[in-house]
Amino acid sequence: MTDTGTIDSSFLEDAKKRSGEDLDLCYQCLKCTAGCPTAPYMDIRPNNIIRMIQMGMKEEVLGSSAIWLCVSCETCGTRCPNKIDIGVLMDALREMAVEEGVKAKEKNIHLLHEAFIQSIRRGGRIHEATMLMDYKLRSKDFFTDLVPGMKLFLKGKIPLFPDFIKGKEEIKRIFEKCTKEK
Amino acid sequence: MKFSYYPGCTEHSTSLEYGLSTHAVFKTLGVDLVEINDWNCCGAAATHSLNHLLSLCLPARNIAIAQSSQAGSLVIPCAGCFNMTKRAEYALKNDEAKRKEIEEIVGFKYQSTLEILALMDVVVNRIGLEKIQEKVKRPLKGLKVACYYGCALVRHPKVTQLDDPENPQYLDRLMAALGAEPVEWSYKIDCCGADLALTYADVVKKLVGRIVSMAGEAGAQCMVTSCGLCQANLEMRQEAGLPIFYFTELMGAAFDVEGREKWWSKHVIPPKGLLKELGLG
Repeated sequence: MTDTGTIDSSFLEDAKKRSGEDLDLCYQCLKCTAGCPTAPYMDIRPNNIIRMIQMGMKEEVLGSSAIWLCVSCETCGTRCPNKIDIGVLMDALREMAVEEGVKAKEKNIHLLHEAFIQSIRRGGRIHEATMLMDYKLRSKDFFTDLVPGMKLFLKGKIPLFPDFIKGKEEIKRIFEKCTKEK
Repeated sequence: MKFSYYPGCTEHSTSLEYGLSTHAVFKTLGVDLVEINDWNCCGAAATHSLNHLLSLCLPARNIAIAQSSQAGSLVIPCAGCFNMTKRAEYALKNDEAKRKEIEEIVGFKYQSTLEILALMDVVVNRIGLEKIQEKVKRPLKGLKVACYYGCALVRHPKVTQLDDPENPQYLDRLMAALGAEPVEWSYKIDCCGADLALTYADVVKKLVGRIVSMAGEAGAQCMVTSCGLCQANLEMRQEAGLPIFYFTELMGAAFDVEGREKWWSKHVIPPKGLLKELGLG
């Protein structure tokens, strides 16, 4: 933990409201962290994320790698004795970080999500080839993982042409309303 | 028996063999899967990571289409799509303000009578294992299989309401009904690392490596799953060479349906050697 950030007294209430989870109930049993598959790679463990929210450490939490490394496997939320859905909390924290313009500590994970969402916006369904190309251009990470990608392509599992839906206008409207009303 | 069917984007890409085998075995079972019209992507991890409302509205559009098609309960093969659609259903059923907001954005009126089911649930509980057993022509004798459920089918249980979240049994029972031997092991619900495969391949390699080595230690010759992302990760991020099947492929092998060569050819780890060895090829 760092001690450089300022304390934000409304952070706990904001995080509770946004996630719908009662974060006051956490008694630090560590069950969430014990079962978390990506906790060993996080800068702040899930149980500490909750404690730091209670303490108003907004900058540290929203600027952490932890909120991006969570893959929403929901092991934590399933096992929490106080029924705190930490996966849902992590979603809320990522959304808050993006809205407040906090630079994602895990830039590429953020960019991959963005590329995926833009692919849906374009045609209503995912088109892997253009989505991955878009991600590579955004992240400028051109050489990682070319071999698995090529293997799938050679198996005919990455179609060249997209499969757009007819209701593209409906999708566009849904996107506009979901982005505007936030 | 008839169901509405949501194939999901990967049926025509990374999980081709899942779609092909699903349609083949359902034809054999005489159960109709009616694809819903002009469906869209469920939004996957990307939307719920960055835009909660969008992550509810995209699957809600599919729910709206399934409602108006009136072809019966909505069946979803991919565990990930199933999870996203159940999350939307959960919000529609339990949060009135959110339901109104989603209805307004998507332009429909939600009817809570539409059931949303995972394909595996339909096979085990709607069609039933007795009917499955009747169709078995070539029992999968001698095939030791580790049933891998992953995350999205069983968690969060309040949302998915499928099987036991810590020790699920549906796949194990199905495999036994097909004549295979499901092994006892403790990694059946451990996460494979999901889409970190594209950004943190090393983390996924470690997670997958552990899962696959535990399956091997339990005596499994292969693994079986129902999730496109799990299947791709398990197949491409391991070094042990353990074949990874979709459960519908093993149903197809036991039913002795046509066209199996094409499914096997889509696998990065070729399963034909193992099947031949056991006289199941």
